[in-house]
Amino acid sequence: MSLADLFTVVAVSAGAFFFLAGSVGLLRFPDALARLHALTKADNLGLGLVVLGLLPRVDGLLGALKLVAIWALVLLASGAVSQLVARVARRTGPRA
Amino acid sequence: MTDAATLFGLVAAALVGLGVYALIVDPQPLRKILAFNVIGAGVFVLFGAVAHRGAAAGWGGDPVPQALLITGLVVAFAATALAVAVLLRLHAETGSATLAPEPPPAAGDE
Amino acid sequence: MIAALNAALAVLVLALAVWTVAARSTFAATVGFVAYGLVLTLVWVQLQGVDIALTEGAIGGGLTGAMLVAAAARLRDTEASARAERPGLALRIAAACVAACVTAALAYAILALPEPAPTLAHLTADNIASTGVANPITAVLIAFRAMDTLLEAIVVLFAMIGVWSLAPDRAWGGRPGQPHHADPDGILAWFARVLPPIGIVVAIYIFWVGADEPGGKFQAATILAAMWMLAVVAGLADAPPVSRTWVRLALVGGAVVFLAVGAAGVVTAGAFLAYPDGYAKLLIKLIEWALLPSIALALALIMAGAPERPER
Repeated sequence: MSLADLFTVVAVSAGAFFFLAGSVGLLRFPDALARLHALTKADNLGLGLVVLGLLPRVDGLLGALKLVAIWALVLLASGAVSQLVARVARRTGPRA
Repeated sequence: MTDAATLFGLVAAALVGLGVYALIVDPQPLRKILAFNVIGAGVFVLFGAVAHRGAAAGWGGDPVPQALLITGLVVAFAATALAVAVLLRLHAETGSATLAPEPPPAAGDE
Repeated sequence: MIAALNAALAVLVLALAVWTVAARSTFAATVGFVAYGLVLTLVWVQLQGVDIALTEGAIGGGLTGAMLVAAAARLRDTEASARAERPGLALRIAAACVAACVTAALAYAILALPEPAPTLAHLTADNIASTGVANPITAVLIAFRAMDTLLEAIVVLFAMIGVWSLAPDRAWGGRPGQPHHADPDGILAWFARVLPPIGIVVAIYIFWVGADEPGGKFQAATILAAMWMLAVVAGLADAPPVSRTWVRLALVGGAVVFLAVGAAGVVTAGAFLAYPDGYAKLLIKLIEWALLPSIALALALIMAGAPERPER
C-alpha cells in the first residue's frame, strides 16, 4: 500500500465518520432546525474529506477540478435547500 | 455481470407488487399517485435489468431500451404532474380530497 | 465486495419503498419517495445506465418528488378524513394476493429470460458512425428512435396544456401558483443569486457532453428549470402569465423545429425524420438546441402548476 493509498483510506474513512455523525444527529436531535444543523455541518465536512481522499486517485487536473467543483456545488445546493426547509419548519411550528 | 441484473430484476418485481397493493388499498388519491410512481420505478428497473443483460459492443447495456427508459421517465413525470394538478383542483373546488362518492363528514374541512 | 454493495442497495430500495407505501403521514411518505428516487440512481449506476441515473435523479426523484412533497403539504388538512375510508380486511387480503401474484409472475419472467440475452447493441454500434455522435443513447434518442423523442416532447407539452386547462375560469391566462416572498437581503436570496449562473453553466455542460458521454437535453433542461424555481421561491422572479405570446412561442419552438427537420427529411433523405448523409450531426445539434429551452420552460411551468392569479 503506497502513501497515496493510505491517505485515501484515512481521508475517506474520516469522511464516512462525519456522515455517520450527521446521520446520528438527524435521528437523535429534537427539532427540525437542530437536525438541519447536524446534517449540513457534518455532511458537508464529510463530503469534503471524501473528495480530498479521492483527489490523489484521479487522472489529470481536469478530473481533480471536477471533484472539487462537485463539493462546492453540493455546499451551495445543501445551503439553499436547508434554507428552504428551515423556512417551512419555522412557519409550521415545532410539530414538524 | 449478470448477477446485478437478476438481483435488481427481482427487487423490481417486489417493488411492483408493493405498489400494486398500495394502489388498491390506500384510499387517499395522493397516496395512489405515489403508489403508481413506485410501480413505475419498479417497471423501469425491470426494464433496465433486461437492458443490462443485453450488454455488448463495449457498452454496459443495450442502448435502445436504455434510451426508451429516459423517454419513459419523462412521460411518467408528465402523467404524474397531470394527476397532481387534477387532485389539487379537486381540493380547491370541494375542500376535500377523496374519491368516495359521498365524502364522510370530515373534521378537517375548510 | 460489489455483490455486498448491491445486496445493501437492494435492501435499502425495498425498505424505502415500504416506507413510501406504509408511512402514516402522507408528507413523510413523499419525502420517503424522494429518498427512494435517489437510491434508485445508485441502482441505475450499478446497472450501467449512467444516462438513466442522471434522468432518474433529476426528473424521477427530483422534479416528481418535489411536486409530490408540495402537493402533500397543500393537502395536509384532508388527511384525517381520508384515512377513515380505509377498506376492510377482505379487500386488503385480496389486494395482497393480487400483488403477490404480480410479483411472482414478474420474478418468474426475470428468472426465465432467454440466454444469451437478445440485444440491439451490435446494430447500434454498426450504425452509430453515421450519426456523428459518440453516446449511443443520444444516437438512439435523436436518430434511430427519433419518433419516440418527438412524441415525448409533445407529451410534455400536452401535460402542460392539461395542467393549464385545470385553471378556474377567473384565473385563465393568469400567473401560475402563489407568489413567494423572502427577505431580499437574506441568505436564501443570496443563494438564489449565486446558484443560477453556476447552474446554467452546469446545465449547458451536461447538455454539451451528452453527444459523447452521459448527459443530454432532458437532464440539462431539468437543471435549468430547477434554477428558475429557486429564483421564484426566493421571491426574485415570478412565473409569467400563461397567455403571453412569447411564452407560447418558446414552448412550441422545440417541437416545431423537430417537426420541420423531420418533414424536410421527406424531401432530402426520402423519409420522415431521416437525415441526409453528412448533415446528421448538424441537424441533431439543431434539434437539441431547439428542444432544450422549450423543454426547460415546459418542465418549469408544469412544476408551477395551473394558473391561479388573474392577470391585472
